[in-house]
Amino acid sequence: MTLKAVGGYVKSLFLLELLKGMSVTGRRFFSPKITVQYPEEKTPMSPRFRGLHAQRRYPNGEERCIACKLCEAVCPALAITIESAQRADGSRRTTRYDIDLFKCIYCGFCEEACPVDAIVETPVFEYHFENRGENIMTKDKLLAIGDKYEADIAAAKAADAPYR
Amino acid sequence: MSDTVNIFINGKSCAARKGEMLIQVADREGIPIPRFCYHEKLPIAANCRMCLVDVERAPKPLPACATPVMDGMIVRTQSERALNAQKAVMEFLLINHPLDCPICDQGGECELQDVALGYGRGVSRFVERKRVVADKNIGPLIATEMTRCIHCTRCIRTLELVGGYKELGATGRGENTRIGTYIERSVDSEMSGNVIDVCPVGALTSKPFRYRARVWELTQHAGVAPHDCIGSNVSMHSLAKDIQRVIPRMNEDVNEVWLSDRDRFSYEALNSDERLLKPMVKENGKWRETEWESALHAASQALRGVVEQGSGDDLGCLISPSATVEEMVLAQKLMRAMGSNNIDHRLRQSDFSDDAGMDVYPSLGLPIAGIENLNAALLIGSNLRKEQPIAAHRLRKAAVKGAAVHCVNPVEYDFNMPLASNTVAGGHALIEALEGLKAAAGGKGSPEAKRAVEDLQNAENAAVIVGALGMNHAEASKVRALGRAIADATGASFGYLTEGANAAGAWLSGAVPHRGPVGASVTAGKNASQMLTDGLNGYLLIGVEPGLDSADAGAARRSLAAAGAVVAITAYASDELKEQAHVLLPAAAWGETSGTFVNAEGRWQSFNGAVAPKGEARPAWKILRVLGNLGEYEGFEQMSSEEVRDEIIDAACDLTSENKVSGGANGTAAKAKFWRIGETPIYAVDMQVRRAGALQHTGDAGQTVARLNSKDANDLGLGEAAMIAVKQGDARVVLRLEIDDRIASGCVWVPTGVPDTASLGAAMGPAELERA
Repeated sequence: MTLKAVGGYVKSLFLLELLKGMSVTGRRFFSPKITVQYPEEKTPMSPRFRGLHAQRRYPNGEERCIACKLCEAVCPALAITIESAQRADGSRRTTRYDIDLFKCIYCGFCEEACPVDAIVETPVFEYHFENRGENIMTKDKLLAIGDKYEADIAAAKAADAPYR
Repeated sequence: MSDTVNIFINGKSCAARKGEMLIQVADREGIPIPRFCYHEKLPIAANCRMCLVDVERAPKPLPACATPVMDGMIVRTQSERALNAQKAVMEFLLINHPLDCPICDQGGECELQDVALGYGRGVSRFVERKRVVADKNIGPLIATEMTRCIHCTRCIRTLELVGGYKELGATGRGENTRIGTYIERSVDSEMSGNVIDVCPVGALTSKPFRYRARVWELTQHAGVAPHDCIGSNVSMHSLAKDIQRVIPRMNEDVNEVWLSDRDRFSYEALNSDERLLKPMVKENGKWRETEWESALHAASQALRGVVEQGSGDDLGCLISPSATVEEMVLAQKLMRAMGSNNIDHRLRQSDFSDDAGMDVYPSLGLPIAGIENLNAALLIGSNLRKEQPIAAHRLRKAAVKGAAVHCVNPVEYDFNMPLASNTVAGGHALIEALEGLKAAAGGKGSPEAKRAVEDLQNAENAAVIVGALGMNHAEASKVRALGRAIADATGASFGYLTEGANAAGAWLSGAVPHRGPVGASVTAGKNASQMLTDGLNGYLLIGVEPGLDSADAGAARRSLAAAGAVVAITAYASDELKEQAHVLLPAAAWGETSGTFVNAEGRWQSFNGAVAPKGEARPAWKILRVLGNLGEYEGFEQMSSEEVRDEIIDAACDLTSENKVSGGANGTAAKAKFWRIGETPIYAVDMQVRRAGALQHTGDAGQTVARLNSKDANDLGLGEAAMIAVKQGDARVVLRLEIDDRIASGCVWVPTGVPDTASLGAAMGPAELERA
């Protein structure tokens, strides 16, 4: 009992704990930096990253989505709203495809459910809204995002393909 | 020897009737057996082989749908042999079935999907090319995707059994089997929509519903069909604010599992361009949309103004026979509170002389399910297939079993059943034909008439049934009296198949000029015909377009044009109605309001709305209640439609109708060279059907022609394809002439309920013909 009290007294008298901490600081101070300088620098990203949504097209420009509504059904946050109808050429198409990004929890179930790889979550995670209502991603917006990032999306899909 | 045997399915002892199939026993016992071609209501085909089960001592698995039970049979549905057989069949079926479930309308309610999940293999071993079959265009109601067909032939058997004609068939064998019409044509049966329900895959789907929704997102609401007096039970499926489709709801006593196309596809009208969405008031000849409050005040003042200027007798109410009991109760209460007994729902009738002698309500005289047990029937003035498709199906079942069905009609209608006789007599000749039958019952008359009467007399179950053409006949009271007399003389039951969904309810609610609610007698007011021919100063129209719904459309148009105040409570407003009315109050359409229909057998069926009324429309019973409140009348304090119904239901349910008939006009009938047969085509019967898009593109719609038989046409010097002018009084309408030898001589078939003939006069009255 006395011995333990003496040991503690010595430790606090010579500031051993402090010196221990300072040694860590000193080591890090002189070693190479590992901080990522966002936004100039970025961390590497998994091809499975689930960011902003996009709708893809086929190479001939035809939208992929066939209005099967499986993503709407699987969405746990009820963020997706779809209305469908027959297009003039007889094919099944959406007349409305809205994702509410405030409701979305980025679980990626929609992407998993999609039988034609139409709805995907892109690696894009840097976006913001300035006005109310912009959180609703309409079909046009989604297709535009898809068109813009098609190369990235295709690359991510290809990279992930061997594991599926 | 007893009639029951005992079998063992999966070790469970099950009692079965001799001759029953294994699958029927299993279904009753709740033992699942997968199947595609077997359907409870259809003849057995045993061609899908999905229901193979393991039967002890049988050399190979047997199809449960085509294997009759035998005493002591030991059946296993889950043994390895059975499961392997089922798995193999499933694999064969999936060889050619496309994997396009995401775009298939059947996806989610597909029997193939379900059975594949339960009994199929996880992975497909088939890597060769799949078969592709060209789609067919079989009309505006049914969409085809024949690549998905698995050749179960349910559709073929349905059209044969329910439609009555083999409109679809299978050509080719094996993989080359094709289901189709063989030559390019549409499927025209009035019950064609049922193939959509029976198709186990997505080969036949509903065209109006195509790609509108997935089945799992629909909400199901129970309802009752609003177009015929059968009261078919339906399920309305809604998504968001719209009814997306209507399918039959099983009720063995009413419609079994079937539904007529009219009931199935009429929901499309709810989104018609002519929906009235806001209350409107006409000011100086211009329509102005307004708020409910001011519109209701305007309507109430207009109606009360008529009474104040003259008397209650200057005001009349025409209500649709498809209005609900609640609407009828409140409408008659409102009219009678205002001092008027002028209320009627029998818009297409013209002979009311036996009103006082009519029973409490016109009933069928037998249960609907009883029609199929008839051994003999006499059908008077009824195009049964088009008027009451479900009743026609029941009667067809009876006829196929051997019932002697006799008809007396102004047109030799196409019945899809064997007929014992088909007398064609129109105009006054119809009465003469019935008199002949009555005489035959007394031992005199022609051999044909005697045979018909004998059939009725000898039958265990016989019925005399008067249809819409009989009820609307110019001498309808005689038709009813003679029908009753023939029934009495032969021991047959007597009944009516009335127009609209709620004619029985209308009588019981008091929506007739001479009876109050529950058959209470009141001073007789004016009937529908008198209201329109005499011309009143004020009209309250509830769900009617008098120009199309009246027996004498021309008179209706004239009277409404001359009236001082016309208030219309309506879900749809055509340009014509806008011309006639002064205040338009938007009512909820069918499917948007709760209510009750009483069908021909006296069955009360209440239902709720499936979706909210469009725009600012409100249920008609609420509108009527507020009109009552504004007039400060008593008895308009109900908070729900059930409260309105409950005012009469107990007393009304105690009443039974024996269809007694007495009174009626006697004396000689008017003579006319030509009688008009003013039939209402199947898809023109009420304002809702007239606006149902797909139905209006079927073969049964849009036949605005005049039909004459060739002898009459030749006598008049009118050749084929000429245009002819039909004249009634001052009205003259030019129509295309169709020579049709099915039409009774001395008659011309000119439809009513269609805009082209709305300026003509009496639908069942005399007409003159001349070359146009």
